[in-house]
Amino acid sequence: MKQSVDVTFELNGAPVTVYDVPPLQRLLDTLREELRVTGTKEGCGEGECGACTVLIDGRPVNSCLVPVVQLEGAKVVSVEGLAEGARLSTLQRVFVEAGGAQCGICTPGILLAARALLDREPDPSRDTIREAIAGNLCRCTGYQRIVEGIEQAAAEERAAKGS
Amino acid sequence: MSVGTSPPRSDGAAKVNGDARYIDDLAFPDMLHGVTVRSTTAHARYRGFKLDPDYDWTDIVVVDFRDIPGPNEINLIELDQPCLVQDIIRHPEEPVLLLAAPTRERALEARKHVHIREEPLPSVLDMDTAAAAETVIWGENNEIARLTIRKGAGVGCVDAALEANPGATLFEGEYCTGWQEQMYIEPQGVIAQPYGSRGVAVHGSLQCPYYVVKALTHLFKLHEDQVRVVQTVTGGGFGGKEEYPNILSCHAALLALKAGKPVKIVYSRDEDLACTTRRHPCVTRHRTAVGDDGSWLAAEVDIRLDGGAYATLSKVVLSRAIIHAIGPYRCPDVAFDGVVLATNTPPNGAFRGFGAPQVCFAVERHVDAIAAARGADPAAYRRFLAMQVGDTTATNQLLKGSVSANEVLDRALGMAEWESRRADCDRINASGGAPPQKPRPGLGDTPRLRGVGMSFFLHGGGFTGNGEARIQGEVEMVVQPGGDILILSGSTDIGQGQRTTHALIAADVFGLPLDRVTMALPDTSKVPDSGPTVASRTCMVVGKVIEDCAVALLARVMGEEAARPGPDAWGEAVDAFLKAEGDASVKLKYQTDPDTRWNPDTYEGDAYPCYSWACDVVEVEVEPDTLEVTISGFWSAQDVGKAIHPVIALGQLEGGSLQGLGFATIEEMRFKDGKLLNDRMTNCIIPTSLDAPEMHVHMVEEPFPGGPSGAKGIGELPMDGPAPAVLAAIEHATGIRLESLPASPEALMTAAARSAS
Amino acid sequence: MLADLAVHRATTLADALGLLASAASRPAVLAGGTDLMVLLNARTWTPAEVLDIHGIDALRGISLEGDRLHLGALASYADLIESSLVQTHSPALVEASRTVGAVQIQARGTLGGNVANGSPAGDTLPVLMAQGCDVVLVSSAGERKVRFDDFYRGYRDPDIRPDELIARFEMDPLPAGAKSVFRKVGTRLAQAISKVILGAVGVVGPDGRVSSLRLSAGSVGPVPLRLRATEAAAIGLPPAEAAVAARAAAAEEVVPIDDVRSTADYRREVTARLAARVVSEL
Repeated sequence: MKQSVDVTFELNGAPVTVYDVPPLQRLLDTLREELRVTGTKEGCGEGECGACTVLIDGRPVNSCLVPVVQLEGAKVVSVEGLAEGARLSTLQRVFVEAGGAQCGICTPGILLAARALLDREPDPSRDTIREAIAGNLCRCTGYQRIVEGIEQAAAEERAAKGS
Repeated sequence: MSVGTSPPRSDGAAKVNGDARYIDDLAFPDMLHGVTVRSTTAHARYRGFKLDPDYDWTDIVVVDFRDIPGPNEINLIELDQPCLVQDIIRHPEEPVLLLAAPTRERALEARKHVHIREEPLPSVLDMDTAAAAETVIWGENNEIARLTIRKGAGVGCVDAALEANPGATLFEGEYCTGWQEQMYIEPQGVIAQPYGSRGVAVHGSLQCPYYVVKALTHLFKLHEDQVRVVQTVTGGGFGGKEEYPNILSCHAALLALKAGKPVKIVYSRDEDLACTTRRHPCVTRHRTAVGDDGSWLAAEVDIRLDGGAYATLSKVVLSRAIIHAIGPYRCPDVAFDGVVLATNTPPNGAFRGFGAPQVCFAVERHVDAIAAARGADPAAYRRFLAMQVGDTTATNQLLKGSVSANEVLDRALGMAEWESRRADCDRINASGGAPPQKPRPGLGDTPRLRGVGMSFFLHGGGFTGNGEARIQGEVEMVVQPGGDILILSGSTDIGQGQRTTHALIAADVFGLPLDRVTMALPDTSKVPDSGPTVASRTCMVVGKVIEDCAVALLARVMGEEAARPGPDAWGEAVDAFLKAEGDASVKLKYQTDPDTRWNPDTYEGDAYPCYSWACDVVEVEVEPDTLEVTISGFWSAQDVGKAIHPVIALGQLEGGSLQGLGFATIEEMRFKDGKLLNDRMTNCIIPTSLDAPEMHVHMVEEPFPGGPSGAKGIGELPMDGPAPAVLAAIEHATGIRLESLPASPEALMTAAARSAS
Repeated sequence: MLADLAVHRATTLADALGLLASAASRPAVLAGGTDLMVLLNARTWTPAEVLDIHGIDALRGISLEGDRLHLGALASYADLIESSLVQTHSPALVEASRTVGAVQIQARGTLGGNVANGSPAGDTLPVLMAQGCDVVLVSSAGERKVRFDDFYRGYRDPDIRPDELIARFEMDPLPAGAKSVFRKVGTRLAQAISKVILGAVGVVGPDGRVSSLRLSAGSVGPVPLRLRATEAAAIGLPPAEAAVAARAAAAEEVVPIDDVRSTADYRREVTARLAARVVSEL
C-alpha cells in the first residue's frame, strides 16, 4: 500500500512523469495542478458535465473520475494536443467558424469527444454525433452549431483525405 | 468586415486550443484558497461559532462579520442583505464565516472543524405563508416589492366589461412556474488581492465589473480608485453572474485583506447550486373578459414572485414581469398587480428573461385555453389578438413602428407547416400513434402520440423606462497610429460574443477587417462603465454607443462625407491626423430618445425603446405508457432587428430556446425546509445533445432605428417562448392540460389520473 | 485528506487475491472509478486503504464457452457494446450498456463495478437477472458461483466475501424463440439515472401461450427485483390476457419509493404498464 506514487504516461505525444502524487489524485488535477496544463476544465466533479473530458488510449473519459495511479503507460490527449503545431486543426477551425464555441468552457471536452468520434467514424450522421457528445453538457449553444460544426469538420477532413 | 457577416469570433482560437484562461486556471503568487461556512437552518438566531481546539489552525485565516470595515451590507438595490451573518440567519446556506488556507483541500478540511450555533426561529417557506404574514421575516409584511399597472378602466375592469357586454365570457386561470438554475458550466469564482495601500483588486467570472466595484467600495469604505475589478474569460452567466459576484467578491476581498495575500474562491458545483441565485418561482392568475368576437375587453393579472430571503434584484424582475403580463396581445383596459414575497430560502435573482418567461408561460397557456373554448385554431386566434403598429401596450405605449408580429407568425408557422403538421398528428393519434422518429436504446418502440403547439411573444430590449438614462453607459474609443481602433468598454463577453459583435460594429464603420479592432480587457481601472451586461442591452445599447463613437471619429478624421474608407485610406488619414493633432479619441454616453415618456410611479408610458417579437412551434412525441416527452421538432422565427453577426445571433436564439425547452420538461429544483434537495448535476439536470431537437430558427429583421444598424436586443427573447409551446404540444398529443412547469412524466400522469376520475 | 489514503495497484489476479487473503480488514476495491471517484470527490467516501484492480487484464475477457457467454468483471460498457459476441448472445446487455451515462462513463465503467456497487438503479442488473446468469467469485481458495437471482442480500449488500473479487459473469443462453427486452425510463436521454428499468426474456409457445417468462425490475425496490409473481400470473396465458394479469401482479409486486428523481406512484404505475406492454408484445 502506497500513499504516494510516481506515474509515467504520455501526454499529447510526449512522455511525462509525475512524482510523489497521491494515487487517487484525479487526472484532472494532475493535468491542471501538477503539470499546469489548464485547458481541461472542471464543471461538476461528478462525471456529469464532461468539461473534463480527455482521451485515454483514444477513448473519451471524464478525467475527474480517473485516478492518476491508473495512468501508468497510458496515452492521454488533452485539448492542447489537438492543434497542428501553431495552426488550429480542421476540427478546431471549423468549430469556431460554425459558432460551436460561445463561452468556451465546454469546448475542450466537446472537441475531444468529437475527435474520438471522427477517428472511429469519419462520416457520422447527426444522430451519431449527438450520441457521441451526449456526455458533454453545453448551456450556451443549444448544441445546434456544435453538431453542424462537427458534421462540417468531418466533411472537410474526408475531403482532405481525398475520400 | 461588415455588419451582417460572420467572421470567426475573435476569442475563438483561444477557446479551442486551451489558451483561454478562466478564473480557476489562474494562480497568483502566495495565493490562498477560500471556503465559506454556511448556515443550515432556514431562520435562526446566530449565536456565534466555535473552532475545534484540537485542530491545527495556524495557517488558516478566519473571517467573520467583525472583519468588515464598512457597513455589513451587499450593495445592490436595497441594503438588506448582509455580507456575512451578524445576528439573524434568514435562509439555509447563508454565509457566516470565511476560511482561507494554503490549499483548497486544507480549507475544506478546516471547514469540518468549525461549529455554528443556530437557534431556530419560525420560518416562512412558501408564498402563501409569506402572504399571510403571521411570521414576518422581511419588512413589515414580507412584501419585498409591489407594483401595479392600470390602463383604461383599471381596477374592476373585468367585472365592468362583463356587465357592459352580455355576450362576453370570463376566463380565469392560475399558472405556476418554479425555480430554474442558470447552470453555467463554469462555477462561480473570483480571486481577490490587496491593491495599493488599502484597496483591493478582484479578478473573476462575472458579468458586471462595475457592480462589483460598487459592492467593494461600500463594504470597505473605499474610493473607486482604490478598487479594481477585472473580468476573466467567463464560462457562461445567463444572469447568474450578474449580482451574485458582488457577494463572492466581498468574501474573497475580506480574506485577502486580512491575509495580506491573494485569495481564490471557486465554488464546487453543489455549493453553487445550493447557494447562488436562480429564477424566481411565480404564480400568475389571469381574469379576462373576452368579447364574443374573441377580443380581450379587459384583463386582470395577479403576479406573485418568491424572492427568497433578501431583495436582490427582485423588484426589477417584478417590473419586467408585470410589463410583459399580457405580452403581445391587445387589450384596452387592464389592471395588473404584482408582488414579490420573502421566504426563508436562498435569494432568487437574475436569469435570462428576468420575469418574462414566467408570465409568458401564463399568458400563452391562457390564450390556448380561450382558443380551445372558442373552437379557434391557436395560431389564427393569436393573429387576431396580436398588437400591430398603432396599438398601445398595457403601459399605454404607442407602438409606432418596428412591429414584426405578422412576419414572425408567418415565418414560424410556415417553416413548421403548422396546419398540415397538426392534421398529421391528429391522424397519427387517431390510429394509436406512430413509432418514435428517433429510436434510442432502452426507449422501446411503443407507438408515440404526437402533438404540435405554438407560442407567440415579445421582449422589451434594454432597461425599463428611464433606466438607460440613469445608467448613462459610456464607451471610449481610441484611434491608434496606422488606424487600428481600440474600444474601451465595461461590457463583458460571457459567451454571447460581445467582444466580436462590438468590434464588428466599429470595423464596419471604418471598413476595417475585424482584427484591426481591439477590445480592451474589462478592467475597471482602464475602461468606463458602459452599464451592466444584462437586460438584452449589450448589442442594442452599448453597441449603439460604439457605432456613435466610430461615426464621430470617422467624421473627425476624414470629414462628414467619409463612409467605410477601408484600411488603406483610413490608415493614411489617421497618420496625417495624428501628426497634426496628436491624438484622436472620443468618449460618448448612450443617448436616450428625448421623446421617451415614462412615469416610474404609475408605470405608464414607453416601457422599452423597442420590442423583439417571436413565434415558436414545438412538436413532441409522448410515450403513452410512461408519458415520457421527447421534443421532436422546433421551429422559430425571431425578430432581431438586424443580425450584426448572424452566426453569433443564431447561437443566442438557439441556446436560449433550449434553456426554455428544458424549463418546460426536465429542469426543476426541489426544496425541503428551505434547502435544495437536488444539489448535484446528476439530479439537477439540463438537456443533453440527445434531449435537444434539431432547431430551425429563422431571424426576421425588422429594424429598430435606435440600435446599431437597426439591431434589437435578443439575449433574453428566446427564453420566453418554448415552455408554453411544449405544454400546448403535449396537450394536443394527449389531451392532458398542465398549467404548471415542468411537464414531467410524473406531473402528466397525476394530471391524467385527475381528469380521468 | 487525499494524502492519507493508501492504494495498492494490482496487475495480476494472484497479487490482488493474496492481498485480500492476508488483509486484516477488506480494503475498498476500485475498478473503473465511475462510482467511487464521484464519492471521493464529494468527500463521502473516505477509505483508508484501496485495492486498485483496474490493471488486471485477466479480468477483462469476453468469450463464448459452449453456449454460455462469459463476461469478465472488468469488461467495460464500451467493451460490451463493441463485442459481436455480446451483440449476438445478449443484445439487451448491449442496449443497457448504451444507456449508462454517456461515452465517457462507458469507456471506464465496468460490469463488475455495476454489480458490486449494487445500486437498485444499476442499468445492467435487470438484464442479468432476466436472462439469468451466474456470478463467479474468486479468492485464493478458488472459485464460487452464485446465481444472480440470489446475489443481493439487501440494499447495496452483494454476496461478496471479504477475500473475494467478482471474476466474471456466465450468462444463461437465451431460449430458442425468446424475445429479450430492455426498457429504461430515465430522467433524460443521456447521463440519466433510471426511474424504472424492466428486463424481460420471454417465449410464446406453439400453442400461442406464454411458455416461459423471466421478468426483472430495477429502481422499484431496495435491490433489483425478480418479479416471480408477475411471471407466474402471465405464464400459460396468451399474450393479451397475460398482459392484463401481469399488469395487476406487477403493481403489487414492486416496492418503489419517493425520491429526488421520481415518485412511488409513478414508478408503480409505469412498471405495471411496461410489464403489460412487454408481455403483450411477446
